[in-house]
Amino acid sequence: MNWPVITPLVIFLLVIFAVGFWSHKFVFKTHSFLEEYFLGERQMGGFILAMTMVATYGSASSFIGGPGVAYTQGLGWVLLAMAQLATGYFTLMVLGKKFAIVARQYKAITLIDFLKERYQSKTVVLLSAASIVIFLFSSMTAQWIGGARLVESLTGLPYTTALLIFAFSVLIFVIVGGFRAVALTDAVQGVVMFMGTLILLVATIKAGGGIPKIIHDLAAENPNLISPFGAERTLTPAYVSSYWILVGIGVVGLPQITVRAMSYKNSKAMHSAIIIGTIVVGFIMLGMHLIGVFARPVLPGVKIGDTVMPLLSMKVLPPFAAGIVLAAPMAAIMSTVDALLILVSSALVKDVYLNYIKPTAGDSHVKKISFSVTAIIGLIVIILALSPPNLIIWLNLFSFGGLESVFIWPVIFGLYWMKGNKYGAIASMVLGMSSYILFDRFYPNALGVHTVVLPILISMLGFVVVSLLTQQRNGLEKTYQRI
Amino acid sequence: MKKPFNSKDKRFKVAHREALIGVVLVIINFIWWYGFAYGLGSDKVENYTYIWGLPAWFFYSCIAGFIVMIVIVSLTVKFLFTDVPFEDEEEGHEHK
Repeated sequence: MNWPVITPLVIFLLVIFAVGFWSHKFVFKTHSFLEEYFLGERQMGGFILAMTMVATYGSASSFIGGPGVAYTQGLGWVLLAMAQLATGYFTLMVLGKKFAIVARQYKAITLIDFLKERYQSKTVVLLSAASIVIFLFSSMTAQWIGGARLVESLTGLPYTTALLIFAFSVLIFVIVGGFRAVALTDAVQGVVMFMGTLILLVATIKAGGGIPKIIHDLAAENPNLISPFGAERTLTPAYVSSYWILVGIGVVGLPQITVRAMSYKNSKAMHSAIIIGTIVVGFIMLGMHLIGVFARPVLPGVKIGDTVMPLLSMKVLPPFAAGIVLAAPMAAIMSTVDALLILVSSALVKDVYLNYIKPTAGDSHVKKISFSVTAIIGLIVIILALSPPNLIIWLNLFSFGGLESVFIWPVIFGLYWMKGNKYGAIASMVLGMSSYILFDRFYPNALGVHTVVLPILISMLGFVVVSLLTQQRNGLEKTYQRI
Repeated sequence: MKKPFNSKDKRFKVAHREALIGVVLVIINFIWWYGFAYGLGSDKVENYTYIWGLPAWFFYSCIAGFIVMIVIVSLTVKFLFTDVPFEDEEEGHEHK
């Protein structure tokens, strides 16, 4: 066991626990359990809001996978990663005040609450809940596996033990503390992610002998590494630009992000979150991917991309500092998993159970159900992560784009286009999901752009056309509008 | 029909304007990013110029672009965004 590296990780975990238990106080005191447990009573300030957005969004791929690809592709991949800068301001500005106000008028606690009130349709609710549960379940499992692998590689513990340590630490603070614990720990984790990026970036530049020398070394090895086109010149402008949809503006449609856009206290919080969020997300994405590229001359010949970041930290940093830096991906994974966990739990408890199975449930019953559903989901995920079935891995591959194609238009048109109706929403969700799966299977990266682009266009068309058609029908023959 | 929220609410005018600003910012961001990256970066690598040791296309597109966006976003929020209350003063309540 490598104690100097592990000590900062343990301290980090203890801080996270402390925050989780502190939040539990609020869960007990609150007069509105559901709003507290699933939304932190809409009390998030600017800093917390910015951090919870960034941390939820930044996941294993920002700290492990992304830098690994940047290592192979060079600066072209950093360029691609910078499409994510938009998430810092775009989501909050576009959902913005309208979403915050409308969600309060609807008394919505989850994204699905909003869709339910807006479209008044059981089909919309069930479709949304199903997509959230299916896709987020699988991406949660994948993140969980990533976290366990990381603990395994850092501590030398066997995979199963590592998984259990990782899983139980997340489960405990989420179950006891709810959304508030998730958001507060996200703030701590966001700070750790930011610091980790900064320390590692400086250390890597130093180890490589300064930026000019690193760039010179890269160009000497393969000039394409410092071009925007990738090592094999395969990154076309159209393909790279299409990431602005997948990881830039499409993020508006991710339920784990949208739910945060209704959790803040007032418009001041939103304003400062926009600025802080832009700075932090930009810095982390730029920094981590640049680290991946700069690692190449420092640490040549790494075969598995995912190991670049841990190996580099161990090589260029003293052990204690490496521990702090490696807490960053851990923080990134935990902060994504915890958000997904509470979201899946809210979809099941609030959106399905309370809406359709037992609307009359009393407060203490709801409490019991919420705690136990969250715990059970966690346990199922652990079991799945122990020996992940292929289906999970397959689903995870398109959970990001899939969720975006399902939710983006029902949310955006729901807010800004009064003519949009439930038929349009249903059409857009079904078309978005099915065309995404079909394109992914049979014609990935159609027309040279990322697979997500066409389904998003198709689901937009579906929404608009069906909404307009059914409006006419509603007017002409009122009797037919029932479904 | 659908449950309409009170679309005459004055706060929504502010909200709509700010959402539009978000769209404009993303377009500016994209043009800056694309223009410098492929405008300067499409040249042969031997002809690249360097700033702070980084290829000029990368410096302008990603580093300067990041800083420019922080400045624009901060100025926009400071001068164009308006504080509005989120809680209703009774008028917007159609249910419960």
